[in-house]
Amino acid sequence: MPKGYFGEYLTLAFFAGMMLLLVAGTLGLNKLVSPKVHRDEKYLTYECGVDPVGGGWSQTQIRYYLFGLLFVVFDVEAVFLFPWAVVFDKLGTAAFVEMVIFIGILALGLAYAWRKKVLEWL
Amino acid sequence: MIQIAVFAVIAAVAVIAGVFLVLTRNAVHSALFLVGVQLCLAVLFLLQGAFLVSVLQIMVYAGAIMVLFVFVVMLLGVDKKEALIEPLRWQRPIAAGLGLLLAAEAIYLALSQHIHVGSGGLQAGPHEGNVQAVARVLFTNWALPFEATSVLLVVAVVGVMVVARRKMV
Amino acid sequence: MSMTFLADLVVILAKILIVFLVLSVLVIFIVWFERKVVAHMQSRLGPNRWGPFGLLTSVADGMKLMFKEPITPITADHVTFALAPGISMLAAFLAFASIPFGTSVLIFGHRATFEIADLNVGLLWVLAMGSLAVYGVVLAGWSSGSKYPLLGGIRSSAQMISYEIALSLSLIPVVMSAGSLSLRTIVHAQSGVIGSIGWLGPVGGVGKFIPHWYIFYHLPAFLIFLLAGVAETNRPPFDLAEADTELVGGYHTEYSGIKFAMFFLAEYLHVVTISALAVLLFLGGWNGVTPNLPVLGWIWPLLWFVAKVFFFVFLFVWLRATLPRLRYDKLMAVGWRVLIPAALTWLVVSGLAMAGSV
Repeated sequence: MPKGYFGEYLTLAFFAGMMLLLVAGTLGLNKLVSPKVHRDEKYLTYECGVDPVGGGWSQTQIRYYLFGLLFVVFDVEAVFLFPWAVVFDKLGTAAFVEMVIFIGILALGLAYAWRKKVLEWL
Repeated sequence: MIQIAVFAVIAAVAVIAGVFLVLTRNAVHSALFLVGVQLCLAVLFLLQGAFLVSVLQIMVYAGAIMVLFVFVVMLLGVDKKEALIEPLRWQRPIAAGLGLLLAAEAIYLALSQHIHVGSGGLQAGPHEGNVQAVARVLFTNWALPFEATSVLLVVAVVGVMVVARRKMV
Repeated sequence: MSMTFLADLVVILAKILIVFLVLSVLVIFIVWFERKVVAHMQSRLGPNRWGPFGLLTSVADGMKLMFKEPITPITADHVTFALAPGISMLAAFLAFASIPFGTSVLIFGHRATFEIADLNVGLLWVLAMGSLAVYGVVLAGWSSGSKYPLLGGIRSSAQMISYEIALSLSLIPVVMSAGSLSLRTIVHAQSGVIGSIGWLGPVGGVGKFIPHWYIFYHLPAFLIFLLAGVAETNRPPFDLAEADTELVGGYHTEYSGIKFAMFFLAEYLHVVTISALAVLLFLGGWNGVTPNLPVLGWIWPLLWFVAKVFFFVFLFVWLRATLPRLRYDKLMAVGWRVLIPAALTWLVVSGLAMAGSV
């Protein structure tokens, strides 16, 4: 194994591979040891004991999309914040002011969404 | 040596996943193949020694943006037999043209000596030199683009509310 | 060269095996622990048939689920239906790759640290795996081809992404204090005591007895982290994903047998992950409040770590036994209108305080 950080990431890949095998093994073992009895009713989806009505795939509300996009925006913000936090004490006041402006602009976006009652789930 | 082997395998997987992404009819399957491509890209970043970018790739692209895609697919209501009528007629030729342009650019860059494989300037130090180096460059040399990003993000927030409003109220 | 290569390989394999076994046993134990504690809180006996105090109940449950027929509904999308529990379990296990749980031990002249890989972006790795966990939920809901799972899946994925923001933002003050994203470095930064506290004046000397843990500096961030963490794991009182009264079983309504067990395993692994993160980031990791007993060596820090993690696991169970489920609109309102602004405010305030003290 090579030393240093590349070695650590190689270990990580190794771990990921083994866990992948584990998941596949669990599903495979279940296929091997489980019984198989075919009954048509068994493969219907659950609907309070009656036969399902209509298709299972239906449209969802646009609200989920709204929150999805807000999530992307604030996730990107968090992603910028992490490297900034690491060097926060070394870069001094300028970087701090930069970040306050950045957070401030995004907070304006959040405040706007709040005012427009997007953050309320009604 | 091992880096080149990993690169070959991962790049091949990425390309194959990309091809399937275009070929599958089911929108959610396409989105899943795109997740696969993003994860492969994360590994490629890792090979370049860009640890931070690699993890961020998983967090933002494979995590956040793809969840948004899946939400959109569900919002539109996925039927297994997708209607194949093109609503925007002109988009196919434009997409083909842009794709060719991108390919030409990639080939030009590969043939010219502007790029080289390996972790160049941001060589990883014994302890998180990588993250600090990225942060230092980002918050000093590139401060203005960084601030502009926030404006772009706010525009996205406002835009989505304008789009969603029509249907919500 | 090949000797050291082999030795390294053996150490890594052993570490992976130990982590896997410990986690599996831990999940089995926590499932039993939760049932037992909740039962006693409700004046019941809880599981008591299998093994001493019913300890083997969860083992029996797991075995039973393994031998059950995997049922896939006819309306389901078959490949994705099998993929979803796999993604859940994989993401839950992979998050542990960068979590350190103790100091290090010398085996045959080989220093083995107590973690699988010490990544320099370890904290982000855990968060990234957390964000991949959303796929397990959303795909399970979609692929079932049924109404309740679809509703449950999209609901809980919206919940998870909302609280993920608050979770990430609440961790940033800690990173600012420690100046690192490596979990091991963050724990090292929390060793020792606070020292005399200037603004307390004459009683400032009390700081010499308070450990230098970030919970004493970032208490608001810690509370935000805890709330967001409970929501992120879909545990009560935020278990809207499987609100039995309205959504049957949420995203895993159509799942049975081992695939259901995999979701279950993933949920409890997330509980351990969040507990471990809380301990590592806010409670000083394996740093104890007593001096190390030299006889015990590496065992003492390990014991501290395990004890602290178990405190949080107990907290999770306690919350479940105590609190009723939140309403969905309230849940989203808390996430977006309370936790995120509070986390941002604390970030700026602590940044100002730190910049002032430098």
